[in-house]
Amino acid sequence: MTAATVTAPAPRRLPRHVSPVDGLKQTMTLAWRSLVSVKHNPFELLDLSIQPIMFVLLFTYVFGGAISGSPKEYVQFSLPGIIVQTVIFATLTTGVGLSTDLTKGVYDRLQSLPIARWSPLAGRILADMTKQVWAISLLIGVGMVIGYRVHGGITGLIGAYLILLIFFLAVSWTAVLIGVLVDNPEKVQIFGFVVVFPLTFASNAFVPATQMPGWLQAFVNVNPVTILSDAVRGLLNGTPAAWPVVQSLLWAVAITAVFAPIAVFRFKRRIG
Amino acid sequence: MEHAIWAEGLVRRFGDTTALDGVDLAVRPGTVLGLLGPNGAGKTTAVRILTTLLQPDAGRATVGGYDVVKEAHSARQLIGLTGQYAAVDETLTGVENLLFIGRLLGMPRPDARARAVELLGQFGLSDAANRAAKTYSGGMRRRLDLAASLVGRPQVLFLDEPTTGLDPRARIEVWDMVRDLLSSGVTVLLTTQYLEEADQLADEISVVDRGQVIARGTPEELKTKIGSQALEVRPVRSGDVDAVSALLGQLTQNKPELDGTTVRVPVPDASLLSTVVRELEERRIEVAELALRSASLDEVFLALTGHHAEDETEDVDAPEEEQS
Repeated sequence: MTAATVTAPAPRRLPRHVSPVDGLKQTMTLAWRSLVSVKHNPFELLDLSIQPIMFVLLFTYVFGGAISGSPKEYVQFSLPGIIVQTVIFATLTTGVGLSTDLTKGVYDRLQSLPIARWSPLAGRILADMTKQVWAISLLIGVGMVIGYRVHGGITGLIGAYLILLIFFLAVSWTAVLIGVLVDNPEKVQIFGFVVVFPLTFASNAFVPATQMPGWLQAFVNVNPVTILSDAVRGLLNGTPAAWPVVQSLLWAVAITAVFAPIAVFRFKRRIG
Repeated sequence: MEHAIWAEGLVRRFGDTTALDGVDLAVRPGTVLGLLGPNGAGKTTAVRILTTLLQPDAGRATVGGYDVVKEAHSARQLIGLTGQYAAVDETLTGVENLLFIGRLLGMPRPDARARAVELLGQFGLSDAANRAAKTYSGGMRRRLDLAASLVGRPQVLFLDEPTTGLDPRARIEVWDMVRDLLSSGVTVLLTTQYLEEADQLADEISVVDRGQVIARGTPEELKTKIGSQALEVRPVRSGDVDAVSALLGQLTQNKPELDGTTVRVPVPDASLLSTVVRELEERRIEVAELALRSASLDEVFLALTGHHAEDETEDVDAPEEEQS
């Protein structure tokens, strides 16, 4: 579709559907729109960069000795966990962004345009995935500066990115659902604190489960954050990863199967 | 295509609330229809249906000849929407806001940028083009929002309360912009709570109340029917109130209202003023205050429906309210 079709007088010739190729182009444009704001909003970049770096440095040097005997040993254990925690927290930005668009009326404008119905959501998730790749790379980079080593080789590295992005995509559906349900973007953050914070900390992302009391271990061992941490740890560190990877993929499928239909249903209801 | 916008029997319910209860509309190409009504009358629901954002429970509507439900994608290629809340991305600059819409409409990047720059100039935003929209004033945001709805050169433009929440000066600016647009031949559907706004901009007005069109006509016809202005007379002696009331009733053929010792009556135009003054003098009624002022929406409603234009407590225009 070109600008000319918009201005042309309208005998019955206007296209009735969006082609998938145009839908993808629109998704790219909308992803660009979500990413370009970083340029004007340095705080977002700080949030995306400084916070993970601080987590690596603080956890490694404050807790590292106590937990693993030395910071260097600890970073080898905790860096994959910190990456997982960062990725899961970042899904909240998808919910915040969506909620902002919905409450500010930007979504109405987008839906009134002749674009693919799915492209606004896809564009936002694509943009957030791009930010994830940046954050994961930054974390691995900083980790390597302070002694982390990727023993899993290039295959392990690519595998880790893939499993993280697949999991991110699955958890995004819950973020979409929350973004649609709340009437105010700040409530997404509150949800983050109440649910995501305990979920990531009550896992073996930062501390091996064996150091926790028995009742907590029971939860930690079934927590999907633990399973994903094991998978990423295995892939990056070159230790056995097959079973946690399979489990992580099953979790991703399960989360998507439960939340995607609900999210899409509520989303359609919200936008009319 | 005889009508740019056409609707028949539109019904939309949210739970137990009926937001639209059988609305018919017909707007000829190149004209402006004003939908006038209080909050919760169903104006926004009508706009959301006509812009394909919401599906009607009954009835049908076309825009540019395309059914807004069955041929929604085609209809979207003809329309522009400026919503009640300035729908701009606050984190983007003015240029970027317009640029990404141009890109979404399939314009090549240089064309989209050129169009963005052109529109920002047209709407007096050139100086603010590279500033984030969150630094804009309310009036500037509304202008950017209006510009955003024009990127694709729509044939049919929907303006949902384009001046609500703006100060008087910004309101007049937006009016001027809308008038400029009209000269380019677009068809406009405008919703408003202000009689004055509908009078200023619309070729025809449909008055909406509780989901129904309760009156329609040109601004002139409506003003003649309901009196666009109100005459207020306060006699010096309170004993003259009845005499003043009777006189005004007889001269205007309308029923005067009492507010303390002030007698108020709708009048079709100002020409009656001199007659009223002469008659009062002849009857030796001394007057403390005599004023002519524009009728409020409330008075329009009182004249048309017999009830005040109270804001219905439920905001039936906001579908998300219905889901909690």
